[in-house]
Amino acid sequence: MKFTDSRIFQIALGFLVPILLLGAWQYASVTGYAAPNLLPPLTRIYGTFTDLLASGELGEHLWITLYRVFAGFVAGLAVALVLGILNGYFRFFRYLLDPMLQALRNIPSMAWVPLFILWLGIYETSKITLIAIGVFFPVYLNLLTGIISVDRKLIEVGWVHGYRGFRLIWHFFLPATLPSLVGGMRSGLSMGWMFVVAAEIMGASKGLGFLMTDGQTTGRPAIIMTSLILFAIFGKLTDMVMVWLGSKLLYWQTDLVTGKQQSA
Amino acid sequence: MEQTTLGSHLQIKKTAKRYGDKQVLQEVELEGKPGEFIAIVGRSGCGKSTLLRLVAGLEKASEGGIHIDGEEIRFIHPDTRVLFQDARLLPWKSVLENVRVGVKDGDIRKAEKALEQVGLSSRASEWPGVLSGGQRQRVALARALAGNPKLLLLDEPLGALDALTRIEMQQLIEQLWTEQRFTALLVTHDVAEAVQLADRVILIEQGKIAFDVKITLSRPREHNSDFAYFEKLILDRILIKEKAKSPSGNIGKNDNYTI
Ligand SMILES: Nc1ncnc2c1ncn2[C@@H]1O[C@H](COP(=O)(O)OP(=O)(O)O)[C@@H](O)[C@H]1O
Ligand SMILES: [Mg+2]
Repeated sequence: MKFTDSRIFQIALGFLVPILLLGAWQYASVTGYAAPNLLPPLTRIYGTFTDLLASGELGEHLWITLYRVFAGFVAGLAVALVLGILNGYFRFFRYLLDPMLQALRNIPSMAWVPLFILWLGIYETSKITLIAIGVFFPVYLNLLTGIISVDRKLIEVGWVHGYRGFRLIWHFFLPATLPSLVGGMRSGLSMGWMFVVAAEIMGASKGLGFLMTDGQTTGRPAIIMTSLILFAIFGKLTDMVMVWLGSKLLYWQTDLVTGKQQSA
Repeated sequence: MEQTTLGSHLQIKKTAKRYGDKQVLQEVELEGKPGEFIAIVGRSGCGKSTLLRLVAGLEKASEGGIHIDGEEIRFIHPDTRVLFQDARLLPWKSVLENVRVGVKDGDIRKAEKALEQVGLSSRASEWPGVLSGGQRQRVALARALAGNPKLLLLDEPLGALDALTRIEMQQLIEQLWTEQRFTALLVTHDVAEAVQLADRVILIEQGKIAFDVKITLSRPREHNSDFAYFEKLILDRILIKEKAKSPSGNIGKNDNYTI
């Protein structure tokens, strides 16, 4: 195997440009090429980070944001599963509900905020609902298309072997639809992160999004950047969890790639 | 369960099939005796698959109907199985689990036995994706037979296989048919294959049964002069039509040729 084929090399290569950029950043801010009140040195960001962490403040903000994303994701996923399955399997419901959902999809996320605050107050419910809406659409759309475009030929195999109703769904439709559902869940999660920022910027007293606006109003860029970096890290981490979960759900595809055999 | 006759009695009664304005089949009348092996040949697009799908219950007849053991079928008959040209294995199930799909009570031992019959026990735990085309088709055959069908419908199941694999599969199908005595309806574009396997060969032309010949050769069949006789008989019958259709043909529009 060539050295360039090794996984470690490939991963290391992905870190190269970010590290160079960070180096240039640090250099520019300590030598004064960049105004420190706009581009604080990395060391200051790190200092801000450890200060916030030590005071327990950061943990609190991070925790509430993660909680909102999680709760919104679960709620959005649940509704998407119900409506996706209903509209996917029963044409009646599809004709009844899908046009309305497609229309609602076109409302920009921020446009919901005033209404939700009016209806649901400024506390958690309105934020989680907003995030749930963001999660809902990609999951719903992927699931619906997945169900509708399931290979008829495989369903015929189910029919000729006497599979009907629930058994047909469990053994044929569900596994055939799973890849698009997993894809939808992944984009739903990234929408969840987008919407949590929207929700927290609009009005919150806690959360990473709040921390950012706080940094902005008090003129502390290090705080803004700390939150940005945390968004990047936790967005990536949760996405990795999602990919891992997907590979468990789609075990047959994973095994085929890695060449493992299924244990009986 | 009755052990004397294991095959279904198949009756296709004055059956027609239209898709919109397109008449695909008309006045098809065919009887398959229990345990009989019938091959259907004909040019591409003549309606062979459509006929098979009607018998399978996957399509509804526009006129007439399909009767199995004296009863008209409305949907798929529980004792009918289909082997499609593409094996249609489920990528999310192992080879053995794919065979198990065909077992009526889900008993894994029956799946193992069916897989053994097609000689693929050693691949039981693998994914269908890693098998060759011929192996996949054997798994599909095991799946179809695992439910002890009384009527097996085969739609060009060997069409995509190489010549050697094809001969092996033909022998396997013949052997399993001999052992299990189900009624078989095989669609094929290969006249030699039809003569090799079938008790009767039926030719479909322009949506109608144009020709019906009993293959009186004893089994196992050798490729001798008698075999060649039947092969030529059927091929000539298909080709006469071709000549008649060509512009230089002088036979005109008459549909009824005798041989
Ligand atoms: N679902 C369908 N809708 C419309 N036309 C069809 C359909 N299925 C088959 N046909 C038409 O019926 C004719 C016979 O098809 P088929 O039975 O598949 O032929 P064969 O199997 O003999 O090659 C073809 O002309 C085909 O285009
Ligand atoms: Mg066909």
